[in-house]
Formats: sequence, structure tokens, C-alpha cells
Amino acid sequence: MSKYVPKLSELKQEFEKKKPALLKEDYSGKEWWDLPVEFRDGNWCFPGKPEVLEDLGFSNPRKWAATDADWQLPGGWEKTIKDGLKSRLKRFRSFKLFLDTCVRCGACADKCHFFLGTGDPKNMPVLRAELIRSVYRNDFPLAEKILKGFSGSRKLTAEVIKEWHLYFNQCTECRRCSVFCPMGIDTAEITMMARELLNLIGVNNNWILAPVSNCNRTGNHLGIEPHTFVQNIESLVEDIEDLTGIKVNPTFNRKGAEVLFVTPSGDVFGDPGVYTMMGYLLLFHHIGLDYTISTYASEGGNFGMFTSNEMMKKLNAKMYHEAERLGVKWILGGECGHMWRVVHQYMNTMNGPADFLEEPVSPITGTRFSNAAATKMVHIAEFTADLIYHKKLKLDPKRNDHLVTTFHDSCNVARGMGMFEEPRYVLNNVCNSFHEMAENTIREQTFCCGSGSGLNAEEFMDLRMRGGFPRASAVRQVQEKHKVNTLVTICAIDRASLPTLMKYWNPGVSVYGLHELVGNALVMDGENKRTEDLRESPMSGFGEDEE
Amino acid sequence: MKKVWLPLLMTGILCLIPYIGVQYAGLGYLFAIIIPCASLVILIAGFAIRMVNWLIRPVPFRIPTTCGQEKSLDWIKQDKLESPSHFWEAIARVLGEVLFFRSLFRNTKAELYAGPKLVYGSTKWLWLGGMVFHWSMLIIVLRHSKFFFSTVPPFADFLDNADRFFDILLPAFYMTDALVLAALSFLIVRRLRDLKLRLISLPTDFFPLFLILAIVLAGMSMRYVTKINVLPVHDQILTLMDYSFVLSGEIGVLFYVHLFLVCVLAVYFPFSKLVHAGGIFLSPTRNLCNNSRAKRHVNPWNPDIKFKSYAEYEDTYRDKMKKAGLPVEKE
Repeated sequence: MSKYVPKLSELKQEFEKKKPALLKEDYSGKEWWDLPVEFRDGNWCFPGKPEVLEDLGFSNPRKWAATDADWQLPGGWEKTIKDGLKSRLKRFRSFKLFLDTCVRCGACADKCHFFLGTGDPKNMPVLRAELIRSVYRNDFPLAEKILKGFSGSRKLTAEVIKEWHLYFNQCTECRRCSVFCPMGIDTAEITMMARELLNLIGVNNNWILAPVSNCNRTGNHLGIEPHTFVQNIESLVEDIEDLTGIKVNPTFNRKGAEVLFVTPSGDVFGDPGVYTMMGYLLLFHHIGLDYTISTYASEGGNFGMFTSNEMMKKLNAKMYHEAERLGVKWILGGECGHMWRVVHQYMNTMNGPADFLEEPVSPITGTRFSNAAATKMVHIAEFTADLIYHKKLKLDPKRNDHLVTTFHDSCNVARGMGMFEEPRYVLNNVCNSFHEMAENTIREQTFCCGSGSGLNAEEFMDLRMRGGFPRASAVRQVQEKHKVNTLVTICAIDRASLPTLMKYWNPGVSVYGLHELVGNALVMDGENKRTEDLRESPMSGFGEDEE
Repeated sequence: MKKVWLPLLMTGILCLIPYIGVQYAGLGYLFAIIIPCASLVILIAGFAIRMVNWLIRPVPFRIPTTCGQEKSLDWIKQDKLESPSHFWEAIARVLGEVLFFRSLFRNTKAELYAGPKLVYGSTKWLWLGGMVFHWSMLIIVLRHSKFFFSTVPPFADFLDNADRFFDILLPAFYMTDALVLAALSFLIVRRLRDLKLRLISLPTDFFPLFLILAIVLAGMSMRYVTKINVLPVHDQILTLMDYSFVLSGEIGVLFYVHLFLVCVLAVYFPFSKLVHAGGIFLSPTRNLCNNSRAKRHVNPWNPDIKFKSYAEYEDTYRDKMKKAGLPVEKE
């Protein structure tokens, strides 16, 4: 494992020492603004490389590290931040309201996975927001200006910028705190603004900006060029043929297809995402869907969301642009978390109206997806649930009997979309052994994987293992109780990050995409006798001599 | 701790101001008429300004926090309250927050056990304390409306009667007086006892609690201890309501303390965290429908952004695309 991973025994000991309390130290008599800002191995992400910033036209490209004493901030950075703050307060009611209305009741304090995993007080959502509020109060509302000091305000200094960088990159914009806040304050909104502001002065994260630059250039985060993209899917097609004897036939950039399929590029390139991709391909073949995949709009995810509102719009624009060029009727989206936050809550506002598309209708069941009437984009779990409900799929859930499953709700799909039942319905139809995790860790109260919103960097491993601890702890409980060995998700970041988290906290649990299990269970016309799942692991009860 | 004693000291000084002003400086007119009228104007104007100030800012995106199943396929049951898709459902959601503190009701307490393992217990204390405090305050304020009419309005009369806990005492003891005291004590004590709360609390969090506590104590002392004669007070308010600013009758000094602290609260209200009372109605994570895929939401300042078009993309990769057998627009 990475050299940035904390030693499990040491981390366990740290938890052991402070239990049942969550705060890592005794802070009595201390004030949060006096606590030092400490960058150390494993708690910060490498900054954007100068060439990446230049490619994007971003401010202040330079070589630097968070551990440097001098961050080489550009001249007049204080004004840039203050003007930026002012402009955002003007454009977003949410931002202004969330800075003004917090009563510091503390309901959010122990709801953040980063707080639960680190015990660092500044990871309590209320304090995370206070990092900005304290500066805002110093400069903005009139009455609080009179009562300076009394209202907890402070000057904007380089030290504050360091603190912002540290803590606004210890928030995955998962919105769990906003579920519990009596004022509905959403820290994700505040973190988004803070990251926009930091980007204005060149304080950034390469793990976010490199994918942004790639996506702008090649169409996807991983920077896969068109020919490689096609090759990669074709190699999956070969794998499918080897396993099932079925030759699926995806098309690329084909005009006149009924549906454009867009999924995160992690499904095309990363393990275990590729198995989910194989599941999609089998499903589309099974139902004879008239679809095409684009090498240009080859990214469902959108790291622009973790950069700025404008960048989110810019990267997202490709989907509609390509759908219009290809003349498809509607768009089908794969399994992804933040992609669906963008598609569900932002896409049509930013890049719509999509009048050149039609209200999505399933060509197989005739179901009209009126919930996507304007955006014209359907989630694959909705699509598949509808197919199963109308008995259009030949499924053999026994083929997943070697897997004892639990389901991880992805933050964005849960709290930014409200999709809870569809994936469960699909899962229950493709496997025989589904066990829910504890009530306070699923659905709208689900915990983040600890690596969302562009924090999936290798050098951030210490914080990732801590931030993922609440999720891992919940999985551990079903692993012990029900012998769960399979964590099913519908998010590409989860598929990329949870395997490491499971290896660290819960060895023996593997991570699967929902449609990988669908792919396992699908009984294809004319298929070979199946004995192995898409990962080439033996299925139970299907061995050569077991019949 | 400075952030506790400073607001406490401020509250103490604020109590002394009207005491000295009325008792020794003879400024009854100032404290009975000028300050109350001015603070009422500041409260109303200030609150209106804050609300307008929020309302003029656009809501660029529809960003409800979805705490329940969205409306999707016909056979999947939608959670209409936590994932509203119609205007009235969203209104119901906001009212649930305003009247019953629904989100706070979900509150849990996380604890770390050996393993390590996290366990979440249900904890309703903050919800209960908050509800008791806010509702008692509301009833107390409404009860006070009897001072503003020559004949007591029926709703104030009803509240007054319903609120009488021990009718055996004279004057009858109000239930809400005890409740608000208990809730205030709870809210203060939890900020002092819980380490997390102590860290996040600011002087501005303690000050309104101390101020309201002082108002309640002054009010209760008048009623139950010194048994102030309310008739001149009632007369005074009624004269004021007739727009005739004359100081009439003899009013006890404790009343001036009570009234002055209320004025301070009124002035403090619009410019502090207390405006959450208005802000809660506007929270975009609660008052918007979760239907942005079904109905387009418009951003008034939607920026015009240049993105890399397909044509530019094809220009970059045409040869590679052709080699891979991908269709191209231009040969």
C-alpha cells in the first residue's frame, strides 16, 4: 500500500485512546482560531502542475507544495479573494444565506465522516463554514462590523488561506450535514465557493485540475484519446465473448442511434469499473437497444464541479452538444455519483433547454420517463428497474450466489437526487443475498467513501482512510453479522476508492458496480454454459461437476 | 472564558442602564416611549431589509437536499415531503422545518467503541430543548398581546387560560414561564458542558441566551415576586397606540428593565444570527422542489461559456479517429 497510509495498528490505538469521545484532544480553554494549521504527509493533495494551469488558463501557475512556508500567492490576492467573495454572495442566495443563518447549534458536528475519522474540530461542518464566515463577518454585514471580536471575526491572512486549503479539501461535498441542519445549511455549497475562490489565486489540487484539463482536451478525465477509448471497449467485448460466447456490438459516434450512452470514463478504463461496463454492454445486447457511445462526450463525471461553476458548465456542455450532433432521441447515463448531481440538479439549467431531444421513452417497455421530461437523461438504474418490473430481462440471480451483498448509497445520488429504491429493486432481483447496513449509515444518511469530490489522490491516503472509516465501520458490522463479502455501489469514484478502503479496514470485502451483478445474472440467448462471473471468479453451484 | 463572561457582563450592564436611567436620572420618558418606539422601527425595518437583501439574490440552481425517494417510476413510492416535486409539497416541507424542526428531529449522537466501531444513538434533546424554547417564546409573546388591546382578544384569552398551570397560586403560574426557563438553561448548559459545543460557540451565541434569560427573569419577578401593578402599563401602551406620547401613571422600575431588554433584543435581532427566523423560510435546500430533470430551472446569470466543440475535437484527432474506424464529419 501507499506510503501515505497510516499504520492500521496506530490508527486503531488512536481511536482506542479517545473512545467514546470523538475529538482527538482535550480542547478545553482553547479557541478554534488559535489552533495551528498542520500540513503533513497524507493530509494534503499535490497542487496543480504549472502546465495544467496554463492549459486551462488558470491563475498563478507555479511549482509549490502545501508544506512550503511561502505559497507564492499572486500580488493583490487579498483583493481577488474579497472581490470573488462579493461576486459570489451576489450571485448565490444559498451562499449568503448559509453564511448568515447558522446558529451554531452543533447538530452537524458529528455528522461529517472526516470529523468522525480525524477528531479534528475544524472538520465539524459548522467550523468548516466558520473558516469563511469569520472573514465574511470582518468585512461585510454592517452590524457585526461594529461588534468586531464579539461576533468571531478575523482578518484575511495567508495563514487563513492555508487553513481554507487544508479544510475545504477535507470536505467531499457529500451533503450529509445538510440533512441534519435545522436551517438546511449545505456545507457542499460553501466548499464549492471556497474552492472557486482558492482557484482564483492558484491554490489548487492536481488530482482535480489534471482530469479537468484532460476532459477539456480529450473528452474524458483520464485523457483517453478516441482510438484508445474504442480499443479499450473492444477488449471488453472480447472478454465478454470469451466468458459467454456472446459477441456484443457497441457502436461509436454513430449518427441516428436512438440513445446516447454516457458513463464515467473510469468504467472504461479502471478496475473494477470495467466489469460494470461489461454489465452495461451485456444488458444493451440482451434487450437489443439502439444505442451509441461517444468518444467525444466520453465522460459522465465532471471534475469541473469541484473547480468552479463555469468549469462544470464547460465540461458538461459536451453531452448535449454531442446528443444534438448525433441526432439521438435521449441520453442514458451510467452509474456515477457526482455526475448525477450535475445531470439532475445543474445540467438543464446550465446547458439546456435540450429541445432537440425527446422526452425519454423506454423502447423496450414503452415507459415514459416523465421525471426526466426536460433534461432528457435517464439513470441506468431507473432504466433497468423498469425493464425488470416489466419482466423484460431473463435473470438468474443464483449466478450471484457466491456474493453476499450490501449496498452503499452514493452521496450525490442519495442527497442530490433522491434515488434509493431503484438500485435496491435491481439488486434484489439479480442476487439472493442482500443485507442493509445500519439505518444511520444508508439512504439519505449514507456516508461518503472518504475520497469524493476529487480527493481520491494517492498522497491523500491518510485522510482517505480516516474519512472512509464511518463507511468501513458500517460495512464491518454486516460483514461480521451476515458474512457480507460484496459492497455494491453505483458510483465510479466509489469503485475506484472503496477497494482500497475495504482492503485497509475490512479485508475480504470486494467492491462491485450494480450492473456488474446484472451482467452476471443475465441469461443471454445462445450463451455458453456460465461457470464464472465477469471477473472470472467461479460462481457457486455452477461448477463443472456440481450438476 | 471570555466568550461567556463578556456577554454575561454586557447583559448585566444592560440591566443597569434603565435602572439608573429611570431611578436616578428620571429618564422615564426616554425608556418608556422613545426607546421602545425606535427599537420597534429598527426591528421591523431591519428585518425587512435582511429579508429583501436575501430575496434580491438569485437562486441559480435548484439544489434541494433530497432526504427521501424522488418521484420516478409510477410503481415506486415517492417521499413527497422529503423529496417534493410540487410547490405545495415543498411548502409542507418548509413548514415542517419551521413548526416542528423536522431535520433536527433526525439528530443522532455518534460514539466510538472498541473495534474501532462507530455507533449512532438517537438523541432528541436538542430537538426537544429547541422546540420547547421556541414554542414557549411564541406563546409568551402572543400572551403579551393582551396589553395592546382595551379588551383582551379571544386568542390571547385562550392562551392565557391554557397556559395557567397552577390556578391555585395568585397570580396564576404560567406553564410557559417554567418551560422557557428550563429550555434556556438547557441551551446554555449544553454550550458549556459539551466540548464540541464549547469550541464552536461564540459570544454572539451566549449573548442572546443571557439576554432572553434576563428578560424572562425580569418579567417573572414582576409577576410573581414584586407583583407589579399592570394597570398603568396597560394604560401606557394603549395611550401609545393612540399615537399620543404622554407619560401616564406610576410604573415600577423592574418594568423598565424588562422593557429595555426587550428593546435591546429587538434591535439586536435583525443584525445577528437571530435572523435565522426569516432565513429558514428561504433555505434553498429545503424550499425547492426536487424536479429539475422534469422542469427546467432558469439561472438568470447563466454565463456564456466557450467549450471545446466536436468540430475542434475532430480537428485534433481526425487521423487517429479514421484509423480506429470512427466516422468523421470532414474527411
